[in-house]
Amino acid sequence: MGVERIRPFRPRIPAFLAYALHALLAENAFYRRLAAYVERRPVLYRWFTAGERVTKERLFGCRMCGQCALPTTGYACPMTCPKQLRNGPCGGVSPDGSCEVDRTQQCVWVTAWTRAKDAGRDADLDLLQRPVDNRQWTRSSWINYWQGRDEGLAVAYDDDDPHPALAGRR
Amino acid sequence: MSESGLKARTAASGLRGALADGRFVVTAEVAPPRDADTEAIARKVGALRGWVDAANVTDNQGGNVRMSSLAGSILVQRAGLDPVMQLTCRDRNRLALQSDLIGAAALGIRNVLLLTGDHPTLGDHPDAKPVFDLDGVQLVWTARTLRDEGTLLSGKRLGVRPSWLIGTVENPFAPPAELRARRLAKKVAAGAEFVQTQYVFDVDAFARWLRPLRDEGVTERCAVIAGVGPIRSRRMLSFLTGTVPGIHVPESVRRRLAGVPEQRVEEEGRRVCVETIEALAALDGVRGVHLMVFGHEDEVPDIVRQAGIRQATKGGDDAD
Repeated sequence: MGVERIRPFRPRIPAFLAYALHALLAENAFYRRLAAYVERRPVLYRWFTAGERVTKERLFGCRMCGQCALPTTGYACPMTCPKQLRNGPCGGVSPDGSCEVDRTQQCVWVTAWTRAKDAGRDADLDLLQRPVDNRQWTRSSWINYWQGRDEGLAVAYDDDDPHPALAGRR
Repeated sequence: MSESGLKARTAASGLRGALADGRFVVTAEVAPPRDADTEAIARKVGALRGWVDAANVTDNQGGNVRMSSLAGSILVQRAGLDPVMQLTCRDRNRLALQSDLIGAAALGIRNVLLLTGDHPTLGDHPDAKPVFDLDGVQLVWTARTLRDEGTLLSGKRLGVRPSWLIGTVENPFAPPAELRARRLAKKVAAGAEFVQTQYVFDVDAFARWLRPLRDEGVTERCAVIAGVGPIRSRRMLSFLTGTVPGIHVPESVRRRLAGVPEQRVEEEGRRVCVETIEALAALDGVRGVHLMVFGHEDEVPDIVRQAGIRQATKGGDDAD
């Protein structure tokens, strides 16, 4: 990755559609086997990843971090935040909701909040998102997800576990 | 004005001592110099000593290069105040963040304030590479893991564990308003024990942010220290509202400052600040104030005295 100009991206499909698509692609035995099959074949993996990139770039401004947070952020990509914040907005959001780095764009977390809340999924934004594994850039997040590698990406806190452990993934 | 604020004691020192004693905490921001002048910090600390519980040392604030917050904190400590070392994610990856946190502990720094940091495009090196390997919440989480679990992010064990108090920041006034209290609750789950807020000029909006945190017991686990500071001129007002991201000055305050002649703005701005502190001290769930005076440390004693929140522990007159 070079140092690119990262700017908040407004998703091109409504959240309800994204949630519906997710349900179609939800992890199951079939997808798990498909993912393992694709991953064993480098050429096929490249084509598969290219397809994922094109689709998600178009729809969500995907930058291919390989560890997709979209299902927990109202399908607004936090990696398009100039600070790549995975845990919510910074304190610099302008009163009109625009990004402190580019005032012509809406803060991606304002977008995420609005979309998740409208879908009744605002509790997703309370999840503690673990640091990304920078080795996964350019890898397919679908293949990672189907093989259960995303399970530790985020963790909920509650009265029983007020301070979840940070370790546990790696 | 709060009762607890008026209790004079020869109490345990520093931020931790003040919080443990239940005193109304006063901290002040100390920006390190843009050079290797060791006296600059000693002078600021000299003006603050006896009037504040701790001095908060900024980390390349606003993305502008200064002496490092670690060095600044050591100089604050040498000059006789308890430092709160700020550390941002802007300039360091997870290796550097962890090693600086460990280094701070080894040098006896007892409080750290962990934040994401302003984006470099807003500072004096807009051509710099932004790091942001972790975000502010993850950095708080990392610090708690170092201290309480005794492990690095890698899982490797620490021998001697750090023991600093872990702080964070929050802006109660930035959108999305409804998310702001929940975001602090998340940071408390990550490990924050105190929070310093963005400048408060709108006490009503601040109280609206605070209420759910108090109702859900978050303020029991995390001490809320409200950010305050005097607006010294109309120029400063337009700087704060126009240039610095995330500062909210309500219409009522703007009108007050516009309603006096230019030469009286400073006086009126200080009055607004003192009244804000008094109103904050009366709010249930506010444990203290953090003063941002931008190089005018000599004004801190007057503000603290006028707000009646603390007796000087050294030198100054009695409060009220």
